[in-house]
Amino acid sequence: MKVFEDVGRGTTGLLEYVGGTAQLTGETAGMAGRLRIRVGETVAQAQILGVQSTAIVLLTSLFTGMVISLESANSAKSYGVTDLVGGAVAYVSSRELGPMLTAVVVAGRAGAAIAAELGSMVVTEQIEALEALGLSPVRMLVVPRLIAMLVMLPVLTIFADIIAIVGGMVLAKNIAQISYHEFIESARVYSDFDDFIKGMVKALVFAVIIVIIACYQGFRVRGGAAGVGKATTGAVVTSIILIFTANFFMSLIFFGSSNQ
Amino acid sequence: MSFASVRNVTLKYGEKVILSNCSFEVKERAITCLIGLSGAGKSTILRLLNGLRQPNAGQVIVQGVDLSTLRNRDLIEFRRKIGFAFQFAALFDSLTVFENVALPLRENTKMTNAEIEKTVLATLDSVGLTGVRDRMPSELSGGMLKRAGFARAVVTNPNLVLYDEPTTGLDPIITHVLTDTIKRQREMLDGTVVVVSHDLESIYAMADYVAMLFEGAIIAYGTVEELKRSPNPIVQQFLQGSEVGPIPL
Repeated sequence: MKVFEDVGRGTTGLLEYVGGTAQLTGETAGMAGRLRIRVGETVAQAQILGVQSTAIVLLTSLFTGMVISLESANSAKSYGVTDLVGGAVAYVSSRELGPMLTAVVVAGRAGAAIAAELGSMVVTEQIEALEALGLSPVRMLVVPRLIAMLVMLPVLTIFADIIAIVGGMVLAKNIAQISYHEFIESARVYSDFDDFIKGMVKALVFAVIIVIIACYQGFRVRGGAAGVGKATTGAVVTSIILIFTANFFMSLIFFGSSNQ
Repeated sequence: MSFASVRNVTLKYGEKVILSNCSFEVKERAITCLIGLSGAGKSTILRLLNGLRQPNAGQVIVQGVDLSTLRNRDLIEFRRKIGFAFQFAALFDSLTVFENVALPLRENTKMTNAEIEKTVLATLDSVGLTGVRDRMPSELSGGMLKRAGFARAVVTNPNLVLYDEPTTGLDPIITHVLTDTIKRQREMLDGTVVVVSHDLESIYAMADYVAMLFEGAIIAYGTVEELKRSPNPIVQQFLQGSEVGPIPL
């Protein structure tokens, strides 16, 4: 019987979570749609969540681009198809790794920070204080973070794409003596602007996932410091799982049928 | 005259019953203090009075309005007329003292920056917090934090102010200052005040009426003198702080 109880409890918890995040998304979209936006706070959040994540995003993307280039350049050289290397790096970066890696890194850094901050605000009654003042925590806290992330994550993704390609290009020249011209020409031929746009769409979806999950986890904190810790971990883990899942389905929709 | 009333309210958190058929009146332009054991549901009553909690049964009526009939948007609007001073002040730690107190004016009124500055500084001055406008909450002492919380609660001139444990954990001098501040704020606003507290000295100094909550219901209500003369052994044990009596330890 305990198994059934556990399954029932787990299912209820999952449905509650899904319902809660859907409600939060709806409320946030409603507020943003009515242009109830605090511009100053949004700019501040763009700085905290986006600008301060730049270094870590650039570093991870640089090394990822170099690894793709390293793996592909040596093989390509041995098969005499070095004209494919630039395309491989650009193709993979703009379609998949650029948006997804950026989102994962930002979820780990900014998502955790959001969950911890809002969780601490719950514990210290600051969220309740906002409500007591007749202010909506969604408008005051969620909307600025969501808009900041919707602006900053695509920007970071563009930087990530560029740095991955540049890193790959430099490495390809040094490892496999593939000229910059050949690398760029290959990138130009084998990836197109459409891939880049689809990557940006992915980034927008990931931005919503990161902020909504982090805010929801923060708002439902119970139990003091331990609760804040749990919420922070939960926000990062759930966001990353959802980013990978959403990435798969978006790739299926964007690239699955045509295999382009 | 009654300003607010809690009528036959039952409130549960999960299976735990916090309030059970609880009824209680808040008199207009008076300071009503709520006393009772820790975890008795006193702070919950404050949250019922400004609609932060909804009862499972019964009614909460404030200024003739049944809060359960209000839509969420109306409830948010309604809360703007009620001040709430939290137990640990609940100041926003990313804002300065000035910005904390100014926040409800900036968000809920059409006042100009100059008017906001004038009002906030006057309010800070009224609670004895002159010269701390640019400090962050983390730079304030416990008593200063509470006073900043008081200032934020009254800056919009609410007609009902709710204080949750305003003197808990503070030294006798600061307790005296805060008690005095609450009395002055009530007079200034010519409003109604509800205070939740364990601090009997402070309650005796400011309360017009006292209500005692026990096991989810109000078991005694009256002036300080009436409460002191109450024949109820639970009230007497509580007022005397005695270990001996009907209250289970």
